[in-house]
Order: sequence, then C-alpha cells, then structure tokens
Amino acid sequence: MTTTMQQHPTTRGAAIQLRGVSKVFGTGDTKVTAIDTVSLDLPYGELVLLVGPSGCGKTTLISIVAGLLDASAGEVSVLEHNLTRMGGNRKVRFRGANIGFVFQQYNLLPALTAVENASVPLLIAGWSRPKAIEKASDLLASVGLGSRLKSYPSQLSGGQQQRVAIARALVHEPRLLVCDEPTAALDAASGRTVMDLIRQVAVQPDRAVIVVTHDSRVYDFGDRIVSMADGKVVELLGKGQRPHE
Amino acid sequence: MNWVALRMLTGDRAKYLGIIFGVAFAALLMSQQLSIFCGLMRNTTSQIRDIEGGDIWVMDKNVQFVDDVKPMSENKLLRVRGVEGVQWAVRLYKGIARARLSDGNFQQMILIGLDDATLVGAPRPDRILHGELGDLRQPNAVFIDEFGWRYLFGNEPFQVGRTLEMNDKRAVIVGMCKCNPTFQTFPILYCTYSQAVQFLPQERKTLTFILAKGNDGAFPESVCAAIHEQTGLKALTNDQFFWSTIQYYMQRTGIPINFGITVMLGFVVGCAIAGQTFYLFTLENLKQWGALKAMGVSNIRLVGMILLQALVVGLIGYGLGIGGAALFGYTFERVVTSTPPAFYFGWQIMGITAGAVTVIALAASLLSMRRVLFLEAGVVFR
Ligand SMILES: Nc1ncnc2c1ncn2[C@@H]1O[C@H](COP(=O)(O)OP(=O)(O)OP(=O)(O)O)[C@@H](O)[C@H]1O
Ligand SMILES: [Mg+2]
Repeated sequence: MTTTMQQHPTTRGAAIQLRGVSKVFGTGDTKVTAIDTVSLDLPYGELVLLVGPSGCGKTTLISIVAGLLDASAGEVSVLEHNLTRMGGNRKVRFRGANIGFVFQQYNLLPALTAVENASVPLLIAGWSRPKAIEKASDLLASVGLGSRLKSYPSQLSGGQQQRVAIARALVHEPRLLVCDEPTAALDAASGRTVMDLIRQVAVQPDRAVIVVTHDSRVYDFGDRIVSMADGKVVELLGKGQRPHE
Repeated sequence: MNWVALRMLTGDRAKYLGIIFGVAFAALLMSQQLSIFCGLMRNTTSQIRDIEGGDIWVMDKNVQFVDDVKPMSENKLLRVRGVEGVQWAVRLYKGIARARLSDGNFQQMILIGLDDATLVGAPRPDRILHGELGDLRQPNAVFIDEFGWRYLFGNEPFQVGRTLEMNDKRAVIVGMCKCNPTFQTFPILYCTYSQAVQFLPQERKTLTFILAKGNDGAFPESVCAAIHEQTGLKALTNDQFFWSTIQYYMQRTGIPINFGITVMLGFVVGCAIAGQTFYLFTLENLKQWGALKAMGVSNIRLVGMILLQALVVGLIGYGLGIGGAALFGYTFERVVTSTPPAFYFGWQIMGITAGAVTVIALAASLLSMRRVLFLEAGVVFR
C-alpha cells in the first residue's frame, strides 16, 4: 500500500523527511503510542493533506514536523534542517523564521486588530511596527480583508478570522505552512474560501504546505493525501484519489 | 513584542481594571494603615520633639518613655550640673494635671513647667500663634496649644484671659502655640516650673526631667554616659529618648499587633485579588501565549512580556493606592480638625508599600509564568 516518493524526484530533496519516527506519550499503563515508526518524504510546492480518523496521530505528527514536539525515536528533517539534533532555543528561532501556523480555533490575539494580529510574526522577527503593519496590510488585502484591517477578531466571522490567521501565517514568508483542521470550525462555504486561499497564496514552488483535516469536503484541494490510522501512515494518494474511509 | 504584551493586558478592560484595583487596594490599605500606625507612634514622642533647646534628657533610671513620670529629688539638678562636659542643665516638669473648666467639668491636661529663668523647652518663636513667651512669667499665666484651645473652646477665636482651674488655683491663658499632635490628645499647657508646682497637688518631688546641653564640640552620647556614671540617672539624647519611647509603645501595647494585622490583611487581600485576577487573565490567554510560543517567541521573551505586564499594573496600582492614602491623610487632617492628626506619610512608608506591591506583582506573574513556560507549544493545536 505504501508508495514512496521516488516517482516525484525533486532537485532539492524533500521539504520534510521522516525516518522511523515514533512518539510515545506516558509510561507504563498510560503509555500511548501516538506515532508508530512513520517514514515519509514530502516535497516542496504541493499542498499535502493529512487525513485519518480522530486520535490517529495527525496533530502529533505535524507538531513534530513543526518542531513543537520532540519525537521519541527516529530522524526528523524539515527544510533541510535536522530537528532531532536541534537545541531548544535554535528550534524556537527555526519556528519563528520558517514555519507558519494556522490553528483550528484561529488563536488570534483578541486585543489586537486584524492587521496587528497579522503583523505579529514580523514583530517576533524584530521588524519595526510601521513596517510590519504595512506588510501585514498588503497581505490582508490579498486575502480579501483589505477593508477590515482595523477590526478586532470579535468583530469578524469565523471565516474572516481564519483568513486573518492565514495572513498571519504567511506574512513572514515561511517555507513551511502547517494547518491543523483550518476548516473544522467553519461552514462549508467559508471552508472552501479558506482552502481556496491556502491553495492560491500558500502553495509556491519553494514552500511546503501541510493541512490536517478530516473534512472530506476539502480533499479536492490536496495535491497529495497522506492517510493515517493508529499512528501509522496507511496510504499515500495522488491528486484526485480518495482514501478508503 | 512589548507593545503586544501591553495590548494583551489592556485589551480586556474589566480584567485590567480588576488587577489594578487589587494592587491599588492593597497599596492603599497598607500605606494608609502604616501611616496611621507611624503617626500614632510618632505622636507618642510629640513632647520630645516639641521641647527643644537642650540635647540631653536626664530622668530617673527607671523611666522608660516620655509619659512615664518618676520624679527625682531637686538636688539631682545640681549633681547633673556638676558633671564634666555639661554646659548647662535646667529643670522641667512634665505631667498630667486635672483642670476644672468654667462649666464645672474636669479635663486632663498635659502640663509642662519650664525653667523660670531661661524658659528652656518653650515653643520656638515661629510656633507661637498668640502672645509673648515672656508673658509666662506673669502670675498664673499659661500658654495653651492650638488643638487644646479647640478642644476646650471649639471654634471660638483665641482671646487672652480665658481661665481654668487647677488644684484650686486659677490659670490664665495668655498665649497660644502650635504643638505636634499628641498620643493622648489632651490639651497642652505651658507655664513656668514654679507655677506648675502650684497647679499640682502637694507632692514630695516634682522634678520629672532635667534638660541639659553638653559642651560645644562634645558628643551628646558621651556626655550622657558621664551623667549616668556620676549620678546614676538615665541620660538620653533626643534621638535615643525618641526611639526608646516608641520602643516602649511597640513592646507594651497592642497597637503594633493590631495595625500589623491590618497591614498583613491588606497585603494578603491585595495578593489574592491581584494575583488571582492576573493568574486567571493569563490562564484565559493561555492559547494565545501558546500560539506566540509556537510562532517563535522564546521563553525569555515571554517572561519579559509577563513581567512588563506585572510592572505596569504594579506601577499604576501603586500610584493609585499611594495617592489614595495621601489624599486620605490630607483630607482627614482638614476635615477632622478637632483631634490632632495621627498620619505620618513618610518616604519609608512609600518604600515599604512599594516593596510589598513588588512582591504582589512578582507573585502574580510568577504564578502565571509557570503556566506559560511549561505550556507545551503543542497544546495550541488542541
Ligand atoms: N500530550 C499527550 N499526552 C498523552 N497522550 C496524548 C497527548 N497528545 C496526544 N495524545 C494521544 O495521542 C493520540 C494521537 O492524538 P492526536 O491529537 O495526534 O490525534 P488526532 O489525529 O489529531 O485526532 P483529532 O482528529 O481528534 O484531532 C491520541 O490517542 C491521544 O490521546
Ligand atoms: Mg488533531
């Protein structure tokens, strides 16, 4: 069932390379193997969907890929950096510079306006506020929120908030975009808009995009689908193919 | 990112004000109670501060504080004068006299009898509001303090010639002076020593204190030691007497404990309100903190942001609390004019309150910080 990536050779190597990666939570009776010896290569320039039933380890896997969790075993290489051997502080900087996050619950700062929220990664990177705001404004315009720059999250719909979150995730031009269930809290139409947007603005030749979802309505947006069950990758599918439910 | 921290803090108006209220309340309660406490304690020494001129107080060896009256025999004065290093020494009476007012009521008075010849210990010229010090040498003459006048005669304007009766002798008020507020809040009367003796019931000894001055250039402390050695009397510098009086009240009365409890209460309540609101505030924002962490904000930066938030609420709360306490003291002094104020709002109190507020802010932020620092960044995906 498992296919390798060799049919899709890239000159630059894989954006994400996992070798025998496992993640075990707890010990003894409470031991849970969330990820079970997963090996995977994901290329640049594609939108990869990570799908599977609840509890199969999707969030855990992308947390490892994004450098938020350490793997219990195996080698993790992301954007040609070996995360397995990266120290805590370097990892923090690596995340700040290279990874954009989109969360299911948006996780915008309620006290900041849309444009201020979108500028946060630039501020983290040390940009001056005016420059950061300027760049964030451009990006918000490109996600269709040019007229809502000064709105607070509480004044925006879920779909609009998620678009702000996408702008925030991309404003510092990260090479990896990680989205965990970006459409789960949205209705079908908003979900489509958000996925459309991710396709349009995020997918670029030198950027990798992983979207975790169990929303079958968005399967069409993926260039590739990684299907998981019980902590293992069970299927790798190309565009148009559907995983076994 | 500091700007983000501040916006996070002020974003939720209600919580923000709640935290500030907690800190302000604690600062107010602590500084206000401390001020009253220090004011009261300081008031116990008002006569030590009022009676200037000498730099040494000599008294019976068993006297512990300024209101502890243990008269000495008159010959002690001569012995003190004989001690080497003593430039001069004069007698001073200080005690409580019972006065009969014109309406027939009795009132306790603080009676101060000054050396007839020199009037050493009399109020400074700038503190005399009416009359001339020299008038004290007229028969039956007394000076009364401002609060005493108001205490006895209400808002009547001062006039020379009002009389009291002490020990069946008539006392004529010939002047009014300003005195430091006292602990007992009794009116204060100044007169000559020989006059004071007449205002008292017949007693064997009336010499309560000897005021002395050391030779120019001599250390008062060493003169005190010499006096003690040669006469067996207790001799204290103004400063020493001030502190030993305060020490007496601190050790022998329930005042410090009671105020201490209130101050502690202010501290604890402040900690609880401010700490808890701040903690809950952070807890509520935990997902946001987690997102920031995921997006590459280092732990040190997060600590900085939380400390900044604590600093801001601490400073504002402190300012409001201290300001409130100062306003309280100011208003109280002007509204309640019938009793002497007991409110000492010194820099020490501001310092102590600042220290306590710092502890509150630090405790609150440490509690919150723990949650943020040990927050697994992965939690943001849940
Ligand atoms: N911090 C943790 N401690 C213990 N067990 C955990 C922890 N995080 C995840 N798990 C367990 O690991 C397994 C995989 O969890 P994960 O959140 O990755 O699933 P998921 O595929 O994202 O599920 P869902 O679709 O519901 O979000 C689950 O059994 C979960 O209970
Ligand atoms: Mg999940």
